[in-house]
Amino acid sequence: MGDQVLLRVQDLGKRYGPGCSSCRDLTGPEHSTNICARCGSIAAMEGIRFDLKEGEILGVVGESGSGKSTLVQCIYFDLDATHGEIAFNGQNGGDNVLGLPRSEKRRLRGRLMGMVYQNPMHGLRMDITSGANVAEKLLEADVFHFARIRERASGLLARTEIPATYIDRFPRSLSGGMQQRIQIAKALANNPPLVLLDEVTSGLDVSVQARVLDLIRELQRELGISMIVVSHDMGVIRLLADRTLVMKDGCVVEQGLTDQILEDPQHAYTQLLVHSAL
Amino acid sequence: MTLKELLPQGKGFRYNFAFIDEGVKKEVRRALLKAVALPGHQVPFASPELPIARGWGTGGLQVTMSLIGPKDVLKIIDQGCDGSVNAVNLRKLLVATTGVRTTFDSREATLLQSRHRLPEVPLRSDQIAVLQVPLPEPLRLVEPSEVETRRMHSEGDYARMWVSLYEDVVQNGSISLTSGYPCRVHDSYIMSPSPLPRWDLPLLHDAEHLTLLGAGREKRVYAVPPHTSVQPLEFDDMPFTVENFFGMCCARCGSSGTFLDEIYDETTGQASRVCSDSGFCDLVREGAIPRRGRLAHG
Amino acid sequence: MGYVAVQGGITAIENSQKLNRYRRLQGQSAPLSVNQIMEQMGPLVDRVMSEGGLYSPFHAALAIKQASGDPIEASFLLRAYRSTLRRLVDSLPVRNGEMRILRRISSAFKTIPGGQVLGSTSDYEQRILDFSLAEETAEVQQEAVREFEAGLDNAADPLKPAHFRKVVDMLRDQKLVPPVPPASSAEPTDITQESATFPLDRSGRLQMLARAETGGVLALAYSSMRGYGSIHPTVGELRVGRVSVQIPHPWRKGAAVTLGSVSLTEVEIVASFQRAEGEEKPTFTLGYGSCFGHNEVKAISLGVLDRTMRSPTPHAPAEDQEFVLLHTDGVEASGFCSHFKLPHYVTFQADLDRLRAQRGAEE
Repeated sequence: MGDQVLLRVQDLGKRYGPGCSSCRDLTGPEHSTNICARCGSIAAMEGIRFDLKEGEILGVVGESGSGKSTLVQCIYFDLDATHGEIAFNGQNGGDNVLGLPRSEKRRLRGRLMGMVYQNPMHGLRMDITSGANVAEKLLEADVFHFARIRERASGLLARTEIPATYIDRFPRSLSGGMQQRIQIAKALANNPPLVLLDEVTSGLDVSVQARVLDLIRELQRELGISMIVVSHDMGVIRLLADRTLVMKDGCVVEQGLTDQILEDPQHAYTQLLVHSAL
Repeated sequence: MTLKELLPQGKGFRYNFAFIDEGVKKEVRRALLKAVALPGHQVPFASPELPIARGWGTGGLQVTMSLIGPKDVLKIIDQGCDGSVNAVNLRKLLVATTGVRTTFDSREATLLQSRHRLPEVPLRSDQIAVLQVPLPEPLRLVEPSEVETRRMHSEGDYARMWVSLYEDVVQNGSISLTSGYPCRVHDSYIMSPSPLPRWDLPLLHDAEHLTLLGAGREKRVYAVPPHTSVQPLEFDDMPFTVENFFGMCCARCGSSGTFLDEIYDETTGQASRVCSDSGFCDLVREGAIPRRGRLAHG
Repeated sequence: MGYVAVQGGITAIENSQKLNRYRRLQGQSAPLSVNQIMEQMGPLVDRVMSEGGLYSPFHAALAIKQASGDPIEASFLLRAYRSTLRRLVDSLPVRNGEMRILRRISSAFKTIPGGQVLGSTSDYEQRILDFSLAEETAEVQQEAVREFEAGLDNAADPLKPAHFRKVVDMLRDQKLVPPVPPASSAEPTDITQESATFPLDRSGRLQMLARAETGGVLALAYSSMRGYGSIHPTVGELRVGRVSVQIPHPWRKGAAVTLGSVSLTEVEIVASFQRAEGEEKPTFTLGYGSCFGHNEVKAISLGVLDRTMRSPTPHAPAEDQEFVLLHTDGVEASGFCSHFKLPHYVTFQADLDRLRAQRGAEE
């Protein structure tokens, strides 16, 4: 892991609904809700701030409704953040990218990020082959050489331990574990410096989970990519993350080195999480 | 029904020059100017109904009607042939409402309206080609929604189109698309060239002449200005190829290197090949232009 | 080849036109008069006016005669004619609340202010083929008319109002239906003057529906009624009758001039409840359908589709604006359908070439 900051997130928030002056005061972990009692708006995510270094793995842990998925979806531009800043080192002059036009965001995303979703239906197109799913990322990055596309797709599928013949098979005919591997291959297609993983093993059998997690760890070491790993499972966080954010009701309640958080949790909620982990 | 029967009698009604009124012509021309300024971009226009059915060339007709003047020389072809029944019908309507001179020799025409072909003799800078378009949206291949295809064009988000070409090669060994092959215009928009055969696409690229494309039912016009690049979508390692007429020649004029129709004799049932461009074929037979001796391209 | 083919083409077209005319006239019967069509084929004339987008029973009847009864062909003739006409002025909004009622029913309530007026409808006719119509003479016709008119009580019924209050307005008073939005100063879309782009505003959608082909909108509305995007519809009100058409007075400010009246069918569908954004309580939702002439199947279908196209979570074809509006114009659809009869031999040659190439590569 280098010292160079890859990604800086400041005061990032996502709200659904009209919003009012009381939203911030009436929502968050102290109130145990992210719904504003006055206007009914949902503060899905509020006041998120962190830096991510090159090659670092950041864990984001919390229960459903904590805002952890919202966070990565906003970083990946699947959702539009309501307020705050996201900046990438060496891109757009190091300035906030949230105001860029959609076409620019798409190009930035294609170059800099990969995303793996909990549900493969969100990350893959089921109506095209596995190879085509990977090819789509390459084509978005203006790689128009068929043999090269084929080679890179085959290489990535091999690296994610998918049998070679599956390149022309449709994802819906393959197992959940295979579909996650295709997502990982697709996420890595353009050698992005950042990969986001949103509950990637939550839907899988325990044995399959372990293998996919091992794969993720190996790839990260080999390629030195930064990752943001979202999970409700402290075990996954412990395995992968260098540092961790703990989220509740849309806010970060605690953050720090994963080891420290596990050994000496400060916030009551973190203590609950740590002690209830098997 | 004839045009005369269509128009109400004895009410002093007279149709305008070229049938449509000046207001409509102005609107079409405005749309065409915008189209020329944005090569390959589809510009909406309110195409009014004509006495010709939708899907039968009303868009191309409205473009021609908006441009044509008394001194123009008009050629109309369908599948390359002046004698095709629909070309004859459209020519009747235009001549009846303008009185302009017509020609079968593409070199003489100032305005050339065509369904699905370009003439074999490339057009010059003083000539305009008007192409009839049934389905202007090339992305319809991968996306049925107009709202979504508009977004894809505006964001230059063509990945899904390319993915369908990738899948096509994986399945069939090569790109199976035939007529109306999608092209990148001016390195920008992806456009449908109208259902031209692949054969004609090199004629659109960096042409001397202006090409205007009209879709009446879908209410869009678009354009390829002169000397604009028109590149059929292809993978870097699988160059675009045209139809293969290698070793074949026209049974009437002897040319090879033209697009050839496959025909079956009415009496004997025997197969033979003749030039699709009937005007070109006639001129070769008359000795007015030399027979084409080898493949012009592809 | 060029000249011969052109001559051949012209001759073929002319012969085809002669043959068409001959087929229409060759029988023993006397030529149909336009009046006969106008008077005795009202629903067909109404349908053609509606789909042709031009209110003129005479021209619609003439088009029907020319098209030998083909409704889509007749609508096409009427639309093409309409394109040649000069637009003079826009009328003032038509006040359907003041419609002179021929028929007015509501399925929502058993009795309604003003009463249910069954009027003229084929709904309760027994569909038994009436062979006596084959021998209907002028005498029979005159006797039937005389008998009916003699039985009329021409004094106005004191219990019947001049105008019938809208059922939907009653529901609105009880806040069961959303209030009428404030009048907008914006010009309504005119689909005959601008090309429709999607998403299309409601004014544009209603216009496209108004001249859509009856069979097309019926099929899509039927799909919703059967469950593909159901809206749980009730006919709040169906009214058929005549409304005045007025234009602003040319020089007297604020005054209006009545040009005449047109026959319209109007349906208001009351559909499944929804709680609107920012509202506390749910209300019914509405669907509106209106077309020229007396065409109830079309108006009901339009009312259903107006509502399905506003579904908050569109999934079914009837809920997809583009699907509904782009595929229900009879003139465009039939034109494109027919265009497949045009020569496609060059495009087909291109297909032949590709198929042979791919097969050649395999063999």
